[in-house]
Amino acid sequence: MHANATPAEETTSAPKQPAFVTVEGLIKTFPNGLNVLQNVSFRAMAGDFISLIGPSGCGKSTILRLLAGLTEKTSGTIAIEGLTPHNAREITSFVFQEATLLPWRTVEKNVALTLELEGVPRDQRKEKVSALLKLVGLEEFSRLYPRQLSGGMKMRVSIARALASSPRLLLMDEPFGALDEMTRNRLNEELLRLKQQQKWTAFFVTHSVAEAVFLSNRVLIMAARPGRVHREIAIDLPPVRTAETRESPHYLELIGKVSAALHEVHG
Amino acid sequence: MTKFKKAVVRYRLPFVLFWVFIGLWELLIRIGNYPVYLLPGPWDVLSLIPSRLGDLWFSFALTWEEAAGGFLASGAIGIGLALVFAISPMIRKCLLPYVVLFQTIPIIAISPLIILWCGSGQFAVCVIAFMICLPPIIANVTQGLISVEQNQIDLFRMSNASTFTLLFKLRLPHAMPSIFTGLRIASGGAVVGAFVGETFAGSSSVGQGGLGYAALYAQNQTETAYLFALILTSSLMGLFFFFIVSITEWFCLRNWHESVVADQPN
Repeated sequence: MHANATPAEETTSAPKQPAFVTVEGLIKTFPNGLNVLQNVSFRAMAGDFISLIGPSGCGKSTILRLLAGLTEKTSGTIAIEGLTPHNAREITSFVFQEATLLPWRTVEKNVALTLELEGVPRDQRKEKVSALLKLVGLEEFSRLYPRQLSGGMKMRVSIARALASSPRLLLMDEPFGALDEMTRNRLNEELLRLKQQQKWTAFFVTHSVAEAVFLSNRVLIMAARPGRVHREIAIDLPPVRTAETRESPHYLELIGKVSAALHEVHG
Repeated sequence: MTKFKKAVVRYRLPFVLFWVFIGLWELLIRIGNYPVYLLPGPWDVLSLIPSRLGDLWFSFALTWEEAAGGFLASGAIGIGLALVFAISPMIRKCLLPYVVLFQTIPIIAISPLIILWCGSGQFAVCVIAFMICLPPIIANVTQGLISVEQNQIDLFRMSNASTFTLLFKLRLPHAMPSIFTGLRIASGGAVVGAFVGETFAGSSSVGQGGLGYAALYAQNQTETAYLFALILTSSLMGLFFFFIVSITEWFCLRNWHESVVADQPN
């Protein structure tokens, strides 16, 4: 299955390629004087899957909200293909901590929401929504209401909705945090399968080291008070990852490495 | 067990209690031999109804119009104002305290003013019912419109949705349960408002008027059995109002809201 997946194919930062996302000297101070982010800098190449992990209060969610233009920076630079976050919203989608579905809309109407808001005509919407529901394995549930779905299914709907606008930057704020481990693992695998097909760039906030290692090609370990990037660890697993990846020694070794880095931050 | 059987079981005790109460009441009348103008028995009231059905219906229709008029007007204006409050926090902060204050004014105290300005008759009663219905609608609908989750708002912001899109695609559907809570409280108030209003501004011709006016008239004429019949009719109107609002609520929320779907097995 991953016979042709050699480490050479990895999306490590090639020096000549321009960065897709550039963050330089980013500082965010809350109105109450709290220093949430102190001088944060990183770059993301197109196709990167970057996880942000760290103790609570390290500002990882704030970074996502800044990249989405949902909150304003205090100083520094954020550029997404040279655009400000606000202007880059057309190519950006956000997946929230909870599924954040609208309970009065059916599954298909929830997925269609962003398309509807962007003014996509009805028949095009319908076509796209049914394709997306098929992609996340929910085509039979299109007429159900969110309250009739399990937590994992709700999250699938939420991801389908985020992908509906064909984003090139996907920001995910601990999307699977509330799910049980088996559901979470399965959704992790599905997320990578979707990424193989759609080639977006992702920022993923999580509390789970295993999840971060499984999904990412880069993990940023963050420290708190003030929030800053403590260390970056490259995840040199083959890009095609399956359930068996979790049993490979290298995967376990990387988990150890990230955990150790997290201990430095906590200690 | 069928739904019907379940309903029978659930309501059996209150139902039995009702007939026990009626029976005891009738017994008290028979034994005590009280004068009918002081305390009529259930049978006195019931046997009176057929002969005065025309009068009852006339009063019912009149009061119904006033209550429904006040209710509908307060629904339209209350929801409209709440929408304005949801768009502009400025206006909301300025005016919402007055809505609460308005609620504390006994409407009975200002009804003489309303009669002074509107004249006696149906319109004045409508205005009184309207004023009783308005505050709970504004308060509940506003609360529903502004208590939207931040994540849901951010979701719309990510699509650069305008204030109006946010209002009609997010806030308004989210507020539907609160809208019905407000309407249900107001539906009770509408009947009370119309009834009380009529005791002040009830009729333009002597002896003919809505339920409230007729009740006052019956009291003066010591037609106590008829007074009871009027009370019974008013209660039925209140029930009917409540029923209409509940049916509409069920119809609008049946698919998605917990308050309506809670009884269904999962």
